[in-house]
Amino acid sequence: MLTLKFIPYEEISHLSMDAKIEKLLEIVKQNKIILMQGRLTPEEETYLIQRTMESINKKFKGVELCIVHPQFKEKGVLKQLRNFFINALAGNSQGITIIGPATIVKKIERDPEKIELLTKELKKKRR
Amino acid sequence: MIEMGKIKLGILKNFLNNLLFKLLRKKKNIKLGIYGPPNAGKTTLANRICLDWVGEKLGKVSRVPHETRQVFIKEKVNIKLGKGGLSFNIIDTPGIATKIDYEDFLKFNLTKAQARRRAKEATKGVIEAIKWLDDVDCVVVVLDATKNPYSQVNITIIGNLAARNIPVLIVGNKMDLKRAKIKNIEAAFPQYPVVGISAEKGNNMEEFYEKLYEVVKKC
Repeated sequence: MLTLKFIPYEEISHLSMDAKIEKLLEIVKQNKIILMQGRLTPEEETYLIQRTMESINKKFKGVELCIVHPQFKEKGVLKQLRNFFINALAGNSQGITIIGPATIVKKIERDPEKIELLTKELKKKRR
Repeated sequence: MIEMGKIKLGILKNFLNNLLFKLLRKKKNIKLGIYGPPNAGKTTLANRICLDWVGEKLGKVSRVPHETRQVFIKEKVNIKLGKGGLSFNIIDTPGIATKIDYEDFLKFNLTKAQARRRAKEATKGVIEAIKWLDDVDCVVVVLDATKNPYSQVNITIIGNLAARNIPVLIVGNKMDLKRAKIKNIEAAFPQYPVVGISAEKGNNMEEFYEKLYEVVKKC
């Protein structure tokens, strides 16, 4: 059974980088897949990888991660100005972040149009 | 008159300071980091550069992922281009990954003990590579041109370098393989210079050095 845990942006936006990453890792270590509103900053993404590496052990093999953030490619001055204000106001609360434990999520495939989350087949325990 | 003289003296002082700064900066060895996911060919590229300009290799390569598990540095690599030249310290880093499972290494005929040791060393290597991001002047990101470039590791590495204002050259490696598609990498990272090479065969290295020169000028 897969468990998805939704985290609204407000729930972690006020936390320090340390506390934010620890909270996310704690959930992933419980074999839950996180769907988080918004994105991590590049610095937080790198820190997540670093902390993940420090946490790897016999049970925890790491994470699969995918961050989707809207990319505005419009060229008009007014549209660019509008996008600038959207970015300034919404900031990192835009987009979505998916983090899953590597023991469950085999791969997150992404191309610009879609995201595919491939899970591992769990071995059935023999009685 | 005295005021004008002071202003002119100030301008001259600034000019000399800038000149001195630029001259000293030119003499400095630029710290060139080689980053990317595991098995993209980072060490193969570092070896190619070192073979081309120093005459010796930097590190061992293997088809088993995470062969490079610690940072290797080659100091004072002088690259000559036309009339100019560049002096680098090349920093070859372990591949950055979000997961490491020792069982993945068992497929390559490693014993359990060897695989576990490799996995442990690999996790430390990733941490070391991340820590080195604070110390590099510019970076070559090596991607496997046969693979989907939209992986989160690639995006995280490049996003992190952009946030630190570190100049980046993206290399699409393994272009000698039929399924290599440099256009996919160009489409994924349109705001960065991209060059397709085969580090193993030494294909298109001239263009690589030219683009590297352009990127390093921004350091």
